Amino acid sequence: MNEFLQIFTLALLSTTVRISVPYILVALGATVSELGGVVNIGLEGLILIGAFCSVLGNYYTGNPWLGVLCAVAGGMFFAWIHAVVCIKFRANQIISGLAINIMAIGVTKFFLKYFFHSSSNSGRISGLPKWNIPFLSGTPVLGDITSSPLILLTILLVFAVFYAVYKTPFGLRLRAVGENPEAADTLGVNVYKMRYAGVLISGALAALGGVWLAYDQHQFTDGMSGGRGYIALTAMIFGKWNPALAALAALFFGFAEAIQIQLQTIGVDLPVQFIQMIPYVLTIVVLAGSLSKSTAPSADGVPYEKE
Amino acid sequence: MKLSKTFKIFLINIGVTLAAILASFIVGAFFILLVDVNPITVYWKLFEGIALNPYGLAQTLFKATPLIMTGLGIALGFKANIFNIGAEGQMVVGGFACAWLGFTFAGLPAFLMVPLCILGAFLGGVLWAAVPAILKVKTGAHEVITTIMMNFIALALTNYLVTYFFHLPETVHTQLTSQTAFLPRLDQYISAFKGSPANVTLFLAVALCVAFWWLIWKTPYGYEIRAIGLNPSAAETGGIHIKRTVLMTFLISGGLSGLAATNFIMGYKHYFEEGFSQGVGFMGIAVALVGQNNPFGIIFAALLFGALSHGTLVINALVPKDIIQILQALVILFVISANLLIKKYIARLNEDRS
Repeated sequence: MNEFLQIFTLALLSTTVRISVPYILVALGATVSELGGVVNIGLEGLILIGAFCSVLGNYYTGNPWLGVLCAVAGGMFFAWIHAVVCIKFRANQIISGLAINIMAIGVTKFFLKYFFHSSSNSGRISGLPKWNIPFLSGTPVLGDITSSPLILLTILLVFAVFYAVYKTPFGLRLRAVGENPEAADTLGVNVYKMRYAGVLISGALAALGGVWLAYDQHQFTDGMSGGRGYIALTAMIFGKWNPALAALAALFFGFAEAIQIQLQTIGVDLPVQFIQMIPYVLTIVVLAGSLSKSTAPSADGVPYEKE
Repeated sequence: MKLSKTFKIFLINIGVTLAAILASFIVGAFFILLVDVNPITVYWKLFEGIALNPYGLAQTLFKATPLIMTGLGIALGFKANIFNIGAEGQMVVGGFACAWLGFTFAGLPAFLMVPLCILGAFLGGVLWAAVPAILKVKTGAHEVITTIMMNFIALALTNYLVTYFFHLPETVHTQLTSQTAFLPRLDQYISAFKGSPANVTLFLAVALCVAFWWLIWKTPYGYEIRAIGLNPSAAETGGIHIKRTVLMTFLISGGLSGLAATNFIMGYKHYFEEGFSQGVGFMGIAVALVGQNNPFGIIFAALLFGALSHGTLVINALVPKDIIQILQALVILFVISANLLIKKYIARLNEDRS
């Protein structure tokens, strides 16, 4: 019991936030793409691309914000490849996503060797400068959150994506092409354009998740996405394709992971493997239940062919 | 000259697939140019290292062997509209079962041990496919997500078992299986293959291809699979038990992926270690795809991807070896995009008829 209380510290909250940021960003991306009707399991690779491009941009310009820009551009470029294959060539979206993941591992390692002459990690980079907000900086947790521009951006993006999806004409059209593309087309919505938009936005968001990882570690390391793209997908399913709920689910997965880290630091020997399994097992349970069936967009994963 | 329709479709399939592969190598050349290396030098070296020397050929066969098996498993699923992304996890569990039987029942003679380990690999894969298969049939949970989740669970679970119970001290792998579970290497018969772990599981893979062809085209069960793949509701009206057939197919698909582990466990290292599958389960999807779900196409595709996989070592001195992974991804993207051209061509052929 004593040990149980010991883990609930302020450090636990800080760790939760730190781990959840990439999950949240990528889960938002997954949701936007699938609401438009394109399954994007290439997010895992797009995180990697984002992380690598941010390090490259940051390293060579010395400006961390330019690094962020490079990451977004790189993430969107590779998302665009996925979009062309899935939307223009109406190919299988799962296979295209897997190919994007394989491609991302290959491309990042290939250029890692060229630019940094290493097969494991890049040179060191600085992160984004910390912001000093009066009264808040220095306070635990809240101080950490408000001093980090990327965390603030992530919180902002959760609200922005939620608002965009449910309260704007753009969001209405996006959901329409994911739900019933034929009807949307008849009403004059450009199905292809909306789907491209969804996939490109997901690329940008996944890349931001990659930026967080790279800037947190001050370098790029080989394979640093570490399955986070898949966890984000499970957060999306858990959140029933609602961006805000997906973000909450991502936060929950981050919390579970933070507890595991905390348990290890106080010396409780719990097999990490079982905690790693939590999101995966939960997802299977949720999918097995009747809840999830009606919530996925009807035309999710189905290519659209204009008559 | 008048060609039959089937032959035209056959030709267009091969032609477009080869063109897509060529396109991948052209795009790959740009990546090589970006790092200031001559792509022709790299491609020549690749060809030389794979096709012009017996060791390269043997390595290609070694790498192709498990790819044929996962490719067959995934293709069998595709035939019945099952999207089994879980081959990687099924192979990992199959491999663990195979190795565990091999060192636990070490006293068994070879004539019992070999079939037992092969059966174990198969059943390990079946077991791991069973969860998504039953969920698909009972609750309609889509197998793409559930199989991906099962992959991660397989990795975590075997990692747990090896770390906590089965690792050999100072190593990250299990103990060796009994010698009676060792399968002979091909270099025992062909001295030019010396040094390559290519082994007799290759013949198992080829035999499975023949069995696959027979199953799909010559048995009532194969007819049911094809009927479901073409039109599930018509198949149901025609009296086919869709759920039972889908369940069976999914389980066999998992078993075939489990068998892919025999190449490494029984023919090469004789122990289980984390990461031994090396993405063969995922690459099997590409193999099934490029091979158009046809067992003989799958052999060709497995040889292509196996050759590329061996090629990483051949060209490593010239250019970062990861160019191979880029090429593999490009092949997948080009082939799935080119499928649209094939579909359009077939549609046009059908229109001309009517």
